[in-house]
Amino acid sequence: MRFAGLALAAAALAAGAAHAEERAIPPGELKSGSAFLGSDLHALQNDEFANPGMLWVERGAKLWSEPAGKKNLACASCHKDASIRGVAASYPKIDKASGKLFNLEGRVNACRVDRQGAEPFRYESEDMLAITAYVARQSLGAPIVARIDGAARAHFEAGRAAYHLRRGQMNLSCAQCHDAQWGKRLLSETISQGHPNAYPAYRMEWQTMGSLERRLRACLSGIRAEMLPYGSQEYLDLELFLAWRAQGLPIETPGVRR
Amino acid sequence: MAARIQIPREARRGEVIEVRILIQHPMETGYRHDDVGHLIKRNVINALSCRYDGVEVFRADLSSGISANPYVQFYTVAEASGNLEFSWIDDEGERGSERQSIVVRG
Repeated sequence: MRFAGLALAAAALAAGAAHAEERAIPPGELKSGSAFLGSDLHALQNDEFANPGMLWVERGAKLWSEPAGKKNLACASCHKDASIRGVAASYPKIDKASGKLFNLEGRVNACRVDRQGAEPFRYESEDMLAITAYVARQSLGAPIVARIDGAARAHFEAGRAAYHLRRGQMNLSCAQCHDAQWGKRLLSETISQGHPNAYPAYRMEWQTMGSLERRLRACLSGIRAEMLPYGSQEYLDLELFLAWRAQGLPIETPGVRR
Repeated sequence: MAARIQIPREARRGEVIEVRILIQHPMETGYRHDDVGHLIKRNVINALSCRYDGVEVFRADLSSGISANPYVQFYTVAEASGNLEFSWIDDEGERGSERQSIVVRG
């Protein structure tokens, strides 16, 4: 009896350890990037008028209802506004038709090419930033839900490996800063937990809007590692891992960041 | 050039109202270089003004110290129902304008 109890305790301990290893930051300690901002930028993000990202959201709203492509269809021709509420919070996810992992940009372009017969938008183009900002804004406050089962599992594992891979001249992994050192100072900045819930976001450093991948590239450049092309598989996998890591954090798009 | 204006839709006569404008513009400083080392020409909104029913109530001369997508906020007195009309021009001569109406009671 005592032995069985011990075994149970050991099993529970092992399960607990495995769980702790899986989630470096427990759900109760998750902090959005906005928690690491000064009060001025925090106020700017929450000011629906002054938040400069809203310029892109407004442009996105126009694009949403503008017919485009050979089929002369607008996004709004198929999607009624209520049907996209909360949708952005579940990206990246597996596209049922192709079986591929899509982020929001990939979803937009698949719709443009297949449904509208239009040219795909380029990453970081004003149109792409505008439409993704508009779509994500419709999920404001919705908690991130990442599905990592089925076909997504392999992408999740690849994303986790990418997150923990030490790279660049500084030989750093994402985890070394954003799991192990968050909340500490790096020169004048506080290291954030590195969550994706505010993107596309308006960054002061850029003086414009940018996608999550632009932000990832900025981190890679900072540790003097190779930056991959936009839309590459490694970024997509990493985006899925980041979404899983941020599970439950509310969408804040358009975020304002340093 | 996209812009957003925010003023109260309605106000009492004599009330002090907050006027806000956000304009999408790169506000290129003239100090930056492009990828091949050439200086990027300065292009900022250099003049911004606001007329309230034709009367100028606000004017600002902006320069390269102002961030991209400038945001300006000021106060004026609601005197009569009418339009607040903003207009601005950048170094390349491109003009923009945006207006919004207000109803003043009393």
